[in-house]
Amino acid sequence: MSTRLATGGRLIDRTKPLGFRFNGKRLKGFAGDTLASALLGADQMLVGRSFKYHRPRGIIASGVEEPNALVGLGTGARFEPDQRTTTTELFDGAETSSQNHWPSLETDIGVLNNWAYRFLPAGFYYKTFMFPRAAWKHVFEPIVRQSAGLGKVPTERDADRYEHAYAFCDLLVVGGGVAGLSAALEAGRAGKRVIVWEQTAHWGGRSPVDGGQIDGMAPEDWVAGVLEQLAAMPNGSLRARCMAAGLYDHGYVLGYESVGDATPGDGRPRHRLWRVRAGQIVTATGAIERPLAFAGNDVPGVMLASAVRDYVVNWAVSPGDRTVIVTNNDDAYRTALVLLDAGLVVPAVLDARETPTGELIEAVRARGVRVLAGRGVAKVKGGKRVQGVQVCAQAGEGAVLEEIGCDCVAMSGGWSPVVHLWSHCGGKLLWDEANACFRPDPSRPPTGADGAAMVRAVGAANGALRLPEALADAGGPPAVAAAEGPMAPVWVMPQGAPPALRFKAFLDYQNDVKVSDVQLAAREGYESVEHTKRYTTLGMATDQGKLSNINGLAILSDALGQAIPVTGTTTFRPPYTPISFGAIAGEARGEIFQPLRRTPMHEWHEANGAHWEPVGLWRRPYSYPRAGEGLRDAVNREISNTRNSLGMLDASTLGKIVVKGPDAGKFLDMLYTNMMSTLPVGKCRYGLMCNENGFLMDDGVVVRLSEDSWLCHTTSGGADRIHGWMEDWLQCEWWDWKVYTANLTEQFAQVAIVGPNARKLLEKLGGMDVSKEALPFMTWAEGELGGFRARIFRISFSGELSYEIAVPASEGMAFWKACLAAGEEFGAMPYGTEALHVMRAEKGFIMIGDESDGTVIPQDLGLGWAISKKKEDYLGKRAQQRSFMDNPDRWQLVGLETLDGSVLPDGVYAVAEGHNPNGQRNVQGRVTSTYFSPTLGKGIAMGLVHRGPDRMGEVLDFPADAGKVFRARIVDPVFYDKDGEKQNV
Amino acid sequence: MLTLTCPCCGMTVEETELAPGGEAHLKRFGPGSSDAEFEGYLFARKNPRGVHFERWRHAYGCGKWFLAARCTATLEVFGTYPAQTTEPPASIVAAIKARRPDWEGLK
Repeated sequence: MSTRLATGGRLIDRTKPLGFRFNGKRLKGFAGDTLASALLGADQMLVGRSFKYHRPRGIIASGVEEPNALVGLGTGARFEPDQRTTTTELFDGAETSSQNHWPSLETDIGVLNNWAYRFLPAGFYYKTFMFPRAAWKHVFEPIVRQSAGLGKVPTERDADRYEHAYAFCDLLVVGGGVAGLSAALEAGRAGKRVIVWEQTAHWGGRSPVDGGQIDGMAPEDWVAGVLEQLAAMPNGSLRARCMAAGLYDHGYVLGYESVGDATPGDGRPRHRLWRVRAGQIVTATGAIERPLAFAGNDVPGVMLASAVRDYVVNWAVSPGDRTVIVTNNDDAYRTALVLLDAGLVVPAVLDARETPTGELIEAVRARGVRVLAGRGVAKVKGGKRVQGVQVCAQAGEGAVLEEIGCDCVAMSGGWSPVVHLWSHCGGKLLWDEANACFRPDPSRPPTGADGAAMVRAVGAANGALRLPEALADAGGPPAVAAAEGPMAPVWVMPQGAPPALRFKAFLDYQNDVKVSDVQLAAREGYESVEHTKRYTTLGMATDQGKLSNINGLAILSDALGQAIPVTGTTTFRPPYTPISFGAIAGEARGEIFQPLRRTPMHEWHEANGAHWEPVGLWRRPYSYPRAGEGLRDAVNREISNTRNSLGMLDASTLGKIVVKGPDAGKFLDMLYTNMMSTLPVGKCRYGLMCNENGFLMDDGVVVRLSEDSWLCHTTSGGADRIHGWMEDWLQCEWWDWKVYTANLTEQFAQVAIVGPNARKLLEKLGGMDVSKEALPFMTWAEGELGGFRARIFRISFSGELSYEIAVPASEGMAFWKACLAAGEEFGAMPYGTEALHVMRAEKGFIMIGDESDGTVIPQDLGLGWAISKKKEDYLGKRAQQRSFMDNPDRWQLVGLETLDGSVLPDGVYAVAEGHNPNGQRNVQGRVTSTYFSPTLGKGIAMGLVHRGPDRMGEVLDFPADAGKVFRARIVDPVFYDKDGEKQNV
Repeated sequence: MLTLTCPCCGMTVEETELAPGGEAHLKRFGPGSSDAEFEGYLFARKNPRGVHFERWRHAYGCGKWFLAARCTATLEVFGTYPAQTTEPPASIVAAIKARRPDWEGLK
């Protein structure tokens, strides 16, 4: 039985009772409780089942190292699995449920695995599922899928919100224990900007529970005084409930703050992710007690000795009436004293050491407790709760000397400094023989941008495990604590434990890794600790081996016959404890997941039923479906109307980059494959850009604005990239060329007026002369149109009579509306990007990203005419001279027409004779664009085909899904108005 | 995540504010170059453990490209300098030699 004591509990407020539920059962706790202390106070020791064997598991720890006591917390949109009860603060109305069991926590069918444990050793999955192959798919995988997974996945969208926060400081202190506070105070007094994070809700670390005196005061009083001083400093910042998740390059630290966990729905963010740049970092992260490996060390009621005294002192919870203490060090005796002070019974202390002596041991003996030296636990009796321990000689093989009845076992295998943050960014460790632990090597710290140490570990985190040493290490005041004798490294109990005991001696509680598993891995040749970890899954659970790693390493080292530091540790990686996905995402979700770029006419499109298509960060209307009209119908209507009457397109997203200066022409000749310097003022020219590998990267119409300036249109998605590309060459290669670039994409709204009636609309608006004579195809003019300042480009991406008109962005909406009004009598109708795409495909115009994919050169696309033969150099020219590029065997652009008029699926391949070495059909081409053309009443497509242009009229097979084979004929890619009669009017 | 100082605007900024541009001090080879020269220019990149020169752009700041000398093993930054140069300036070379006496220079 565990129960709430009648008095005491330094962290709980008995005047504030809180109600919560566990598996539907109503339980009570107090303000200040964690879920774990409240569960224990309500006699709920059994809280979950283990992952592999479904063994009953109880609360073992009182902090972040807890491997067992994970629950599902909350309901509906606030449900989250795998919440650690030992670090979750209790709140009124909390709904919790245990995990990993079926049908219930008390009766679990999966526990069958436990009876079959001899057949589920390390590497079981690797060995069993190899053969026969079919068995994996049909037998093993369905079973494993059914039973795998820790906790349930939430089914609803997260109702909470999360945020990111940023800070800078001279010193970030991680850990609000006495060492961290000492370091913070020293730096604060020296005028440094100091931030202190403490992962729990309380300051002082272990000192208020473990006792001693600091500067002549009780630790609690000293801590309160320091907090007051730090809070009063303008250069100091204290933040509780904030865990340093990871330490990264150049003093970058991520902090994970619990803000609204215990107050769901109060409007505050649930978590806050701190992104801090610190000049220096002090890790005062303390140490974690190690379990001992003995048979039955996972039976609910076996706990860490420090956790037992935490529950008694902090929350007035008795984990059991009778507690046997088993230890290899003096510190665990503090637990005996705490239990005795609380009026509880300690039947015996089993000390693995032969002659334990010291202040704490004598104090316990003086209280009449039996201290059994050289003794260990042979086996813990009990299933869902400890019933007793069998005592044996530590030196022996587990012969039972006596049996002691108890309902709690407090174990201590010594302490391991928390070296995670130190190790995240390259800090190295050394082995401390005296304390049998790894600790930071001060000569090999993580280094910063200046090459100097950026992290200092202090206190227990630095291996200074006892109070006076810890404070001295951190530059704190003098302190006194009971003197402790040396501990003894004990990794298995008893040291000669036979297989039957080793099979039940757990190392990793959550993943059910036992002493026998690690020894088996060593026998099977897993000598590297990283390999053993993956083979056995030791330390791979959500606790990341906080309790199990050192014990597992020691057992592996022993099995390999080498010293622990030779074996080394596995790599410590962030985060220190799991952090929520919500915190990582922060505010970036829903509408503000990423910025949205809107054209000046965006609102009109929205109000007029645009179906949006994302193009980079822009939203462009895909089409404007009318009531009762499907998307496909709308696209067909928009195309027919544009071809036969008048269409309007919002082309504002098109990239517009001005290139100006005495050397601008020379620069553009290098950038484009064709000649731009010779383009006369007033004219437009279609141009292609390639990268240095020769591949096509962007296209667009270039306009000669004046003697020394050009306007380069780019693709909608490419404007920023191309502007960056220009700047790269100008700043890093041709920095002596006199050229200036400006990306004016958002400064102009651009409207394409397209179709046989286009000129009528412009003439009705009035102003500039837009006649065929004044403004022929591929020219431009600047002037006034319908009262708007306008630049009119006579260019066409549809093959129709077309004007693209740019006006200042601020006048875009007014101009759009003016065009609509003027065009009404001529049948003007807006069209979207899909109509645009179909019309350009009907004309055989390529689209960057469809016909090009980063491996296509302009020559593949029949665009040789746009490549200057005269120029000595342009970006990509040398690459295009390579033998593989200058080769008729490349796949080249053709049109494709199915024999039955159907629409080819996008991306399908044309097959050739024979098979490749992988047994797949050989291929000879693929579809790059494919649409239904309402103009022609049939499917049309473009594709790249091996020597395609030489094979006009050939029919190719395109196998598609479900065994269907499309047959299509190679044709000219220009399907409509081959002579350009419609655009040149 | 690195911090680098932009020599153009003087800001010491986070990596998220920068765009990487790969190895610095490459010599461009265009038409007329041999296949080996062109291959070296386009594809062969150094990947040293130790001193390395890189191109960075202060993309979400002043927009300028600059070059950085740093150690790929420890991420120590020896210095940053404007991109308009074909070799590291003497001050950068001196800073590297002071910290890495064995360094054999940019090859």
